[in-house]
Amino acid sequence: MPRSPHIITCIKQVPGSTEVEIDDNGSLIRNAVAAKMNPFDLFAIETSLRLKEQNGATVTAITMGPPRAELILREAFMMGVDEGVLLTDRRFAGSDVLATAWTISQGILSLAPYDLVICGRQTTDGDTAQVGAEMAEFLGIPHVTNVRAILSSSDESITVEVDLPGAIQVACLHFPCLITVEKDIFQPRLPSFRRKLATRDKQVKVLCLDDLPDTDEKHYGLLGSPTKVQRVYPPRRDVTKEIVHGDPQTLAERLFHELEGRKFLQ
Amino acid sequence: MRSFNKIEENDISFFTQVCGEGNVLIGDEISEDFGRDEMTPESMRVMPEVLVTVDQANQVSRLLEYATQKRIPVTPRGQGTGLVMGSVAVHGGLMLDLSKMDGILELDRENLTLTVEPGALIMDIRAFAEAHDLFYPPMPGEQSASIGGNISTNAGGMKAVKYGVTRDYVRGLEVVLPTGEILQLGGKVAKNSSGYSLKDLIIGSEGTLAIVTKAILRLVPNPACTVSLLVPYPDALSAIRAVPILLQGKIMPVAVEFMEGDVIVAAERYLGKKFPDHSAEAYLLLSLDGRSKDDVERDYEHIATTCLHTGAIDVFISDTQERQDAIWSARGAFLEGIKAMTTEMDECDVVVPISKIVEFLEEKQALEQQSSLRIRSFAHAGDGNLHVYILKDDIDDATWEKQLHLVMSALYRKARDLGGKVSGEHGIGFMKREFLEQSAGAKAVSLMRGIKRVFDPEGILNPGKVC
Repeated sequence: MPRSPHIITCIKQVPGSTEVEIDDNGSLIRNAVAAKMNPFDLFAIETSLRLKEQNGATVTAITMGPPRAELILREAFMMGVDEGVLLTDRRFAGSDVLATAWTISQGILSLAPYDLVICGRQTTDGDTAQVGAEMAEFLGIPHVTNVRAILSSSDESITVEVDLPGAIQVACLHFPCLITVEKDIFQPRLPSFRRKLATRDKQVKVLCLDDLPDTDEKHYGLLGSPTKVQRVYPPRRDVTKEIVHGDPQTLAERLFHELEGRKFLQ
Repeated sequence: MRSFNKIEENDISFFTQVCGEGNVLIGDEISEDFGRDEMTPESMRVMPEVLVTVDQANQVSRLLEYATQKRIPVTPRGQGTGLVMGSVAVHGGLMLDLSKMDGILELDRENLTLTVEPGALIMDIRAFAEAHDLFYPPMPGEQSASIGGNISTNAGGMKAVKYGVTRDYVRGLEVVLPTGEILQLGGKVAKNSSGYSLKDLIIGSEGTLAIVTKAILRLVPNPACTVSLLVPYPDALSAIRAVPILLQGKIMPVAVEFMEGDVIVAAERYLGKKFPDHSAEAYLLLSLDGRSKDDVERDYEHIATTCLHTGAIDVFISDTQERQDAIWSARGAFLEGIKAMTTEMDECDVVVPISKIVEFLEEKQALEQQSSLRIRSFAHAGDGNLHVYILKDDIDDATWEKQLHLVMSALYRKARDLGGKVSGEHGIGFMKREFLEQSAGAKAVSLMRGIKRVFDPEGILNPGKVC
């Protein structure tokens, strides 16, 4: 009897607000602020759970972070995810995009066999939107980013709609493969209190560097990170307001041109 | 009702002299928006003869003194988001647009008060308070309403279970009497046993006694953490039956809202956004706040367990801004969502004892089956305040008028029998006067009319409203 499909969903704990402190290496000091699941990852989890409801897949959520990142795996359980894996090791600290992608892809390898890896589009702290694609390269599997709809899925492949600038692409990927999904692909479900009660004692699998296929410390954390951060700061908020006066015709025309100029209308 | 005088050329000259050329609009210059509020039927729209935009209390004073002398009816107007035609000039005359008096004048941190002008919007007041880590709790569904409008109806909203209503957050008022005197009522004081509370009489008087030109609001510390629970129930009545049980516990929720699946779908359509759950016919939406995440988690676990004991299918947890937005933006769009479902509608905003909501809802369901009208509802269940909407759809006007009156009369009768009141928060305005008299009784209404005469001897201020 064929095994049920295995979906691995990558999630991350991020600061709950933009008011964060930065250490000397340009890394966020994560203990100082309230943390939450990266909002984009909720769409990845929801996509995984919709596929699970269709084809009986097993969904594993994987995250990399300090021990307290277990909280978002528990939240994933409350949404309906089956298993949780925490990649945690002091030697992972200070990872840039490349080292992060390498670490998680190593974690995914140790969870094989797998069919589909789903990531959110980006995180709200790093904001690079590169980790998903880099992981796929490390894993040697096909990938598409910016998936805005799942058109169909079977035991062997998944067909998706990709939101490209100026075009919508339909892509069929054979398993194993990786997709990153757009915000609003589905409305994420809320965590369930019944599931919270049911998974209270459920174990999260913890993997450290020594548990991964590649145990070379130089590939992880600060040592494995070629990126050198000069300075990190929250983006400037632009709250300038313009009040336009005039008769309805003028105002309507101005509004139309503003919306058109900002590409809300085409 | 004594007759009023029409506005003449010399009156307009006076208004212009007081308020300036560009602030006086006449006849066709006035936007049709000023002829209605959010619920006025097409057939009942009435335009004011003159619309004057004011920006100072002394302008209001001079205009009211003049209007009293000349017997010109005056209708105060904020954002026009009312639902009972309280801000529609049913006798024509002069409309005072107070929306430009929208200043947030003073934050007094020592006394925890915020002094505002009547045109300040609720959403701006709340945002201003939050930017200073303070909290203005009253949260009506219509956040674009003005504080003057909220004071005039004693608006409640979605946080009243724990925090109370607008009256609980108004420390003081500056008002202009119809005779032109400017009075300071209340102040920054936390307590006041000094004679009749005229401030509290003005709150909820729907602009019939005086015009508010300044308000001193009470703020409270901003709760550090808020979590909402979306609780699906198999049907409406089982959800409502749970409410008194939830309120008997040791933890006081901020909000206990009741909503039904089809109203949620209507809000989704209106907003073009998806709601996070569709598994149930009916939901309670609870909100809890506290000093820390751990405190609130302990509280919500306690309440969630009680929900499961009362027959809830599950309890969904909304603990981040994204999740709160997905739920509460839909909740805030219920009225607009229902409006978009039909051609015309009327509403009933009764409040009944919390223990009697089930009986009231059963009556509503029976009436829907007996009549040919669609009836939709949602409720601030934790306050016993229901919003019931009767939809006209494609029914002809004559049948609609007849059926609507039958259904409304039956709903208000039932509320009265259950110990309820005509309006929980929307007010009486022009539309619900008949039902106020039935509910409050002749003596109470005659006292109200007496009070009105003391404040407004010529009856020029917002005539045709309340009593």
